[in-house]
Amino acid sequence: MTSVQALSRNLILDLVRGNQPTAQPMPTIPHFPMNKSGDLVASFRESIARMAGVVVNDDVSDLDLFVRTKFPDAKVICSAIPEYAGTIKPASFKQWSEASTIDVCILRSPMGVAETGSILLSDIELQVNTIAFLAHDLVVLLDPKQIVANIHDACEHPHFKQRPYSVLMTGPSGSGDIGGIVVHPAQAAKTLTVILSPAPGGVQRSG
Amino acid sequence: MSAPVDQAKNAEKFLADTVHEQRLDKLLWAMRMRRDAAARQVPEWEELRTLASEIKEHTLSNLSQYLIEFETKATANGVIVHWARDAHEHNQIVYNLLAEQGIDLLVKSKSMLTEECEMRPFLERRGIRVTETDLGERIQQLDNQPPGHIVGPAIHKTNKDVAVLFSKKYGSDPYNEDTAYLAGVMRENTRPDFLKAHAGMTGANFVVAETGAIVVATNEGNADLSANTPPLHICSVGIEKIIPTTESLAVFIRLLARSATGDTITQYTSMFRGPRKGAAMHVILVDNGRSARLGMKRFWHSLKCIRCAACMNTCPVYRRSGGLSYGSTYMGPIGIILMPTFEVHKYNELPFASTLNGSCSNVCPVKIDIHEQIYVWREVMEEHDQIQVVKKEAMRVADKVLSHPALYQIATTTLSAALEVLPHFAVYNRLNAWGKHRDVPEAARETFHEWYRNNRADANEGGKL
Repeated sequence: MTSVQALSRNLILDLVRGNQPTAQPMPTIPHFPMNKSGDLVASFRESIARMAGVVVNDDVSDLDLFVRTKFPDAKVICSAIPEYAGTIKPASFKQWSEASTIDVCILRSPMGVAETGSILLSDIELQVNTIAFLAHDLVVLLDPKQIVANIHDACEHPHFKQRPYSVLMTGPSGSGDIGGIVVHPAQAAKTLTVILSPAPGGVQRSG
Repeated sequence: MSAPVDQAKNAEKFLADTVHEQRLDKLLWAMRMRRDAAARQVPEWEELRTLASEIKEHTLSNLSQYLIEFETKATANGVIVHWARDAHEHNQIVYNLLAEQGIDLLVKSKSMLTEECEMRPFLERRGIRVTETDLGERIQQLDNQPPGHIVGPAIHKTNKDVAVLFSKKYGSDPYNEDTAYLAGVMRENTRPDFLKAHAGMTGANFVVAETGAIVVATNEGNADLSANTPPLHICSVGIEKIIPTTESLAVFIRLLARSATGDTITQYTSMFRGPRKGAAMHVILVDNGRSARLGMKRFWHSLKCIRCAACMNTCPVYRRSGGLSYGSTYMGPIGIILMPTFEVHKYNELPFASTLNGSCSNVCPVKIDIHEQIYVWREVMEEHDQIQVVKKEAMRVADKVLSHPALYQIATTTLSAALEVLPHFAVYNRLNAWGKHRDVPEAARETFHEWYRNNRADANEGGKL
């Protein structure tokens, strides 16, 4: 920190200390139970649909067949999961901007949120963060046992305290900036498809 | 000293264009309705509002401690933390970071703070091209206008406006007004800059002291692209955006999008705690008058604002006059109570751009007493002799009449009779601001007092009104 910066820092902190109102207590945040039936999977489906995400209804036993059928024109399929090869792996991208060549990106999320229909991704799952934003279409595997009830539960996930980057992603990119009507896509992924699929080897419930 | 912004005069221009005026009113009221529907879906909604307010009050009253905690955590995470006392210092830090690496293109997501600091023209004057990557913000940039709304910067524009603008700037079809087509034009033209830029910039919705994280909420994914694609991420954040913990963040995530647009959450709620390998992340903590506001006993609660714009969407004055009429970075009810803290004289008219109906306070997710602060700002303007002569004289007369019942009764009786015979010019002139866009309603045949005397006086056993 330069001397000018140190001066600014100290001046701001002095002003803040001098002007702070009388200290108020921090409230206790209660545990809010899930609003609705308690069926996390059903709520997750309903919530993500509102944000233009899609949850596949059928079992997907052959992921390659699913991807090839759903995205027949896709040439570059980036797989960030070990059980599926795709045509390219994230580690291949030396510059993160190179991920713009991806047609379809396959990922696994460690947590879904029933309240909002969000899925969690971090630099662990992405490896190259841009693959989830520069790819045209996203396919995300999610273990239904890893769906938590609400955002309070979600915020307990260790990723938020440990990872350099994490995101709650809810549907494909969209914008309501013109005419107040949300259209998809905006700047990032055009579609988001979630496949409910048990994690290899089984997992503990998140949160 | 800047000349005062004449919000009413600016609003007249907007009102004269009925297409835009009616459209904005309808759009924003629809957002307000969606906000109400979303709130009703959450049984603990009011409890969340109270919690959010209390968390913010706790944090602001312990702000120095939380700022230091954030700095310590962020630094440990590999983030370089800067401190800026004012807008110029902020802009200079950003410029230095870019100039040191010879960077001449910056992709950035929406940040009201950088608007407040007038950063874009500062950088552009020094040869740095800035691409706004939020669709609404980009529209405003291309049209050389500031944002008209803090969530939807170009919400006042029609599809036709955007189609014509994009055709001029991007060569797209000027007759294709389809929203998806226009969003596609934006995508095609912005993507190359994301890939080319060596620096990206974001604001922050929240800053978490406990983890050193900055939290950014967008629908377009442009903040994630701006922060993740180039090797340098700069984040500018006002010092009031800090909250204590990830646990408390949950309360705000649940309130933010529901209050803003009626959605349960934004498409992307992203947390940046540190740079990736081989990249750099800088966070600039900006004061620019916030520490002074913290010391204003009557106004420090305005620092709780989470920039959801719910107060703007519900405000009848904002909906009918458009955001640009306020001539300020922040507009609508929240703008009215923030802007005079920057410059009293320039924004001395803003506190009068309100009906004081209290709707803004009722929808505020952090329970800022907005309409009460607007009223107090009127008193401050009076104390500082910042009220225009016509308005001051009208209030002096009103004060005298309303505080003397006999005078009031004479005035109402005389005025009712006079309205029937007065010529048009005597009723509709510059002293009658109310009558500029409306007909004065026909006066009742008798005043309430007259009616009561004639119909109820007997029942009142001679009781005095």
